[in-house]
Amino acid sequence: MEIVSGGSTTMGFFTTRLDKMIGWARKYSIFQYPFITACCGMEYMATACSHYDIDRFGAGLPRFSPRQADVLFVVGTISQKLAPVLVTIYEQMCAPKWVVAFGVCTCTGGFYNDYASVPGIDTIIPVDVYIPGCPPRPETVLHGLMMLQEKIQNQKQEL
Amino acid sequence: MTETLTLAKIKQAFGASLIEAHSQLGHDTVVISKSAILDVARMLKTDPELQYNYLMDLTAVDYWKRNPRFEVVYHLYSLANNQRLRVKAPLGGNEPEIDSLTSLWAGANWFEREVYDMFGIRFKGHPDLRRILLYPEFEGHPLRKDYPITKRQPLIGPKV
Repeated sequence: MEIVSGGSTTMGFFTTRLDKMIGWARKYSIFQYPFITACCGMEYMATACSHYDIDRFGAGLPRFSPRQADVLFVVGTISQKLAPVLVTIYEQMCAPKWVVAFGVCTCTGGFYNDYASVPGIDTIIPVDVYIPGCPPRPETVLHGLMMLQEKIQNQKQEL
Repeated sequence: MTETLTLAKIKQAFGASLIEAHSQLGHDTVVISKSAILDVARMLKTDPELQYNYLMDLTAVDYWKRNPRFEVVYHLYSLANNQRLRVKAPLGGNEPEIDSLTSLWAGANWFEREVYDMFGIRFKGHPDLRRILLYPEFEGHPLRKDYPITKRQPLIGPKV
């Protein structure tokens, strides 16, 4: 976005591309759906509370219905038995939608290399940002969130 | 060590089925052949002097490469006498089967389902022998020692 001033008008004005403007609007109004199953939830709550203040990024309002959410935060180990539920939740979200894999269990299965756990949620749904850590510190989460914002800003905006 | 009342009674009534018995630190353990499990359990539960009326736990062990390979383990507790007893029953083969204790303790139902789920041990006379923790599409029995640790299960899709 550029600010142009001077010229023949006395007031400044903006020039931008529609894509960029929509991206800018979208990246600062992230409505998350927290899909929390395990211990990473604590770190998610720490990030969401006032000390780390996720609201600075326009992501302060979690929605508890997937139909109202833009970003699916998958927080914690996903078992094989829960996998169909996660897929259903993902499919209930309206486009445009993004998925954040929060913690190493959702990224790769982590140390749960066993019969009960899904070896990374990207085996069942597409993932946009991976936040590793067991659990990730809030700083890591915020870094992941900023990476997501960057991705939202730079992508082709579907209308 | 003097023989405890429990062990003496089991020896007397089921001497032919008794494989091994020992008592350590006040806890008795008996190993009996699987065909006698229902009768032994009934005697232990109903005998007026023993009254092992509480089935605390029912689980199994896979002693891979040993023959017989599996062992079902019952932990009984007598509320009246504050006495515990461990009963073990060895099972052989790849399709092991033993009598269900659900007719004596209703609580055995879910224990036996879990053992079936994890070890594939079948319980004869169980009213509803289905998987309890895993899902029906699951292949194999994960607590068997020959279950491959890296085995990937089929992903189950959303129920439509």
